[in-house]
Amino acid sequence: MNVITDKLRVEDNKWIGQRTIRPDGADKVTGRASYAADNTMPGMIWGKVLRSPHAHARIRSIDTSKAEALPGVKAVVTAKDIVDFPLETSVLLGIQDMRWMCRNVMAREKALFHGHPVAAVAAINEEVAVAACALIEVDYEVLPHVIEIEDAIRDDAPILHDFARFEGKPSNIAGTMTAKLGDVEAGFAEADVIVERTFRTRPIHQGYIEPQACTVSYSADGRATIWSSSQGQFMVRAMTSLLTGVPQSNIRAIPAEIGGGFGAKTIIYLEPVALLLSKKSGRPVKMVMTREEVMRATGPTSGSFSTVKIGAKRDGTLVAAKGDFYIQAGCLPGGPLRGPVGCAFAPYDIPHVLSVGYDVVSNRSKVAAYRAPGAPLGAYAAESVIDEIAEQLGMDPLELRLKNTARSGTKAAYGATFAKVTFEETIEAIRDHEHYKAPLDRNPRPGVRRGRGVASGFWYNAGGESSAQVNITEDGNVVVTTGHPDVGGSRASIANVTAELLGVDHGRVSVLIGDTASIGYSNLTGGSRVTFASAMVVTQSAEKVIGQLKERAAKIWKIDPEAVHWENGEARPAGPNAGQFPPLTLADLAARASETGGPIGAGVQLNTAGAEPGFATHVVDVEVDVDLGIVRVLRYTAAQDVGRALHPSYVEGQIQGGVVQGIGWALSEEYLYDRQGRLENAGFLDYRMPVCSDVPMIEAVMLEIPNPKHPQGVRGVGEAPIVPPLAAISNAVHDALGTRFYSLPMSPPKVLARLDEA
Amino acid sequence: MAKTHVSTSINGEPVEFLADPGSSLLDALRNTLGLTGTKEGCGTGDCGACSVTVDGRLVCSCLVLAVEAEGAEIATIEGMAQGEALHPLQRKFLEMAALQCGICTPGVLISARALLEKNPDPTETEVRFGLAGNLCRCTGYDKIVRAVMEAAAEMRETV
Ligand code: FES
Ligand code: FES
Repeated sequence: MNVITDKLRVEDNKWIGQRTIRPDGADKVTGRASYAADNTMPGMIWGKVLRSPHAHARIRSIDTSKAEALPGVKAVVTAKDIVDFPLETSVLLGIQDMRWMCRNVMAREKALFHGHPVAAVAAINEEVAVAACALIEVDYEVLPHVIEIEDAIRDDAPILHDFARFEGKPSNIAGTMTAKLGDVEAGFAEADVIVERTFRTRPIHQGYIEPQACTVSYSADGRATIWSSSQGQFMVRAMTSLLTGVPQSNIRAIPAEIGGGFGAKTIIYLEPVALLLSKKSGRPVKMVMTREEVMRATGPTSGSFSTVKIGAKRDGTLVAAKGDFYIQAGCLPGGPLRGPVGCAFAPYDIPHVLSVGYDVVSNRSKVAAYRAPGAPLGAYAAESVIDEIAEQLGMDPLELRLKNTARSGTKAAYGATFAKVTFEETIEAIRDHEHYKAPLDRNPRPGVRRGRGVASGFWYNAGGESSAQVNITEDGNVVVTTGHPDVGGSRASIANVTAELLGVDHGRVSVLIGDTASIGYSNLTGGSRVTFASAMVVTQSAEKVIGQLKERAAKIWKIDPEAVHWENGEARPAGPNAGQFPPLTLADLAARASETGGPIGAGVQLNTAGAEPGFATHVVDVEVDVDLGIVRVLRYTAAQDVGRALHPSYVEGQIQGGVVQGIGWALSEEYLYDRQGRLENAGFLDYRMPVCSDVPMIEAVMLEIPNPKHPQGVRGVGEAPIVPPLAAISNAVHDALGTRFYSLPMSPPKVLARLDEA
Repeated sequence: MAKTHVSTSINGEPVEFLADPGSSLLDALRNTLGLTGTKEGCGTGDCGACSVTVDGRLVCSCLVLAVEAEGAEIATIEGMAQGEALHPLQRKFLEMAALQCGICTPGVLISARALLEKNPDPTETEVRFGLAGNLCRCTGYDKIVRAVMEAAAEMRETV
């Protein structure tokens, strides 16, 4: 369903808003699209990583001589080959601290989790590389380890890093973040109702189906080419450069098609290692992670341990909110504190807020971004407490939210003053939706109980650096190049925008993703920024191209360029005064490009701004099988302000995909460790992501309220849909059973245990 | 270890290759024969990205030994379209945006075709259970299920 509130620019759109066939589609349904692991090179050899068998151990020495002597082995690398970033000085690349990245890619002083890379081998085939890894002798001093947050923050916990201090003492709390507004204690003093609860969630994996993979060729002239899939070829180039010492100008990072990332591929694991193996061996090196390696050693997102307290007046006015969010960082600092601290209370106009995040290290793999990093953790706690307040006040939970929505001019605790807030519209869309009004048969048959829940969510969205080039081919067609890997249809959106602006048929526009040598710097695909930012730079490029086309026509007609209009893919005289000339099409002008001034094309490189935040409100019906403890989602409706859906199908797809990831988070996914600190479920069989038969259709309600700061009105979409589901489903389970869960996932054993207590 | 000579048929064409006795059909397809349309998501039979048919039967090629291809007829994603004409499933997946990243897509299409061969008129539930062996992390399955049902309807009409 589309609710379009601004008819003005939408009505005459021919391509924007159409469900066109994506430019990269045919190759993807025929198996021809080339993903990271699909690349090969002549003379290529294979790299494999040796990983720590211990959760926590000092590395006394590494002896690689036996591995090197094995026939077929071509190179071995260890941490001493990776550029060291000393602990004293922070070196940042975006939000990543290279002190941690260099230690994540290869264990340095200590192995910090089971699966931490300690060495890597390149050999003539994978079998020899694996055999050689087994011959590497690592002398470990095994240390006590710690996995869970509550254990890691105890006074007697084993400390991972000597440099980390909290309140002056060595600690596994590596940092904090605070957002504050007003005086929270004074706020609670005004409250008639206060609810305070503690919540736990487990780390969960992004679960992309394509394991990390790369092929790297380091040539005799010191230049390297990297083929890999990532959420940013420029990040791959920069991080590999920093970790290997090869200058960026000597690295060309070519983005393969990416088989899912969801944030996790905003950092790298293999590329610097493969580059060094290639440099040492003189051969191209291919590395592909196994699924087990992906689960063990690439970042999941954080688990959390949070306490949220919210106070309200009897009439439902929220007066104070306090959150303490302990967030797992994994073995090195850098958990997504900004998510829960900034987002948990941001949808609401609450005068007194204190939100504190704690970055907790433990002997797990370092976390990586996952869709709206950290925000679902905060929303889970806050939106559950709000549900409880509504219950205590006897108010409809949506009415309670409506009464307290942030509005234009509201100042959020994280610092922003909102320009245009569209939260209210998402709540109303759900309140007025047939789903919310539909009667619910609470006890359809013996042993089954049903319930309904709602929750909302917020994500900042982002702008940032993007580059685009729009070229007119000699035969009068259009090639657009951007610098962003396409994770879910961004090329389709860009094709629509370009066709619209130039007034040509969609089929005449090709959209490509440039490598680091062929397009200007472009920041990561992530944070719901790519469609927003790339549509902006493509629009400006296309406008420049239109300016050129008008000039060329003016030259041919010998009139002033101002007197030329560009309309429906043709140059026309602006009016009768401009002269009488038959229109010149794109093809006409392309054919005469040389004589009128040379090739036609333009590029724009920009630090984009104006990404207004995303708001979402969801409603879900669940059914609990009280004999088996299984919670099933029966119906799900998600409303979100999407600004303008350049390609509605891929906007809906973002919402539907995010919701189902949220369903997995709420009901079945979790990292499980044994006593030795080893991950027990490092595979898709035991790490249970939703399959097709687990979920219903997901109705995406796209509210198109144009973002005034974007040429097409785009608002980022991808993150916000994963923020509400955790609380929405938990609230629905509470509605079904009358008992509330304060930890995720609500898996069958946990549900049964709770029902047994009752 | 000595390699074994395998004679097989892939997408209707005779193919011969040498395989390590312990290697998988997936490995042979991707790394020996260059048929990289079949994807590897797990290597343990849990994701369906490597789905192919062997003598018409849907299998995870990561769980089949390469030498088991001897004398068999293998069908992979590379053989699904007839020249320029996409299979109705492939076409519906494009028209209905049933893929985002596309890494699961070859496996989903092969599974869906196998499902429709057995059951040309599946209910939504039957489609969902028929595709339960194919993980997709991007789409939430909604558009996949719709595309399969639409393709099935179209295929029923054209028979
Ligand atoms: S690769 Fe065969 S099932 Fe996953
Ligand atoms: S489209 Fe990405 S996994 Fe299915």
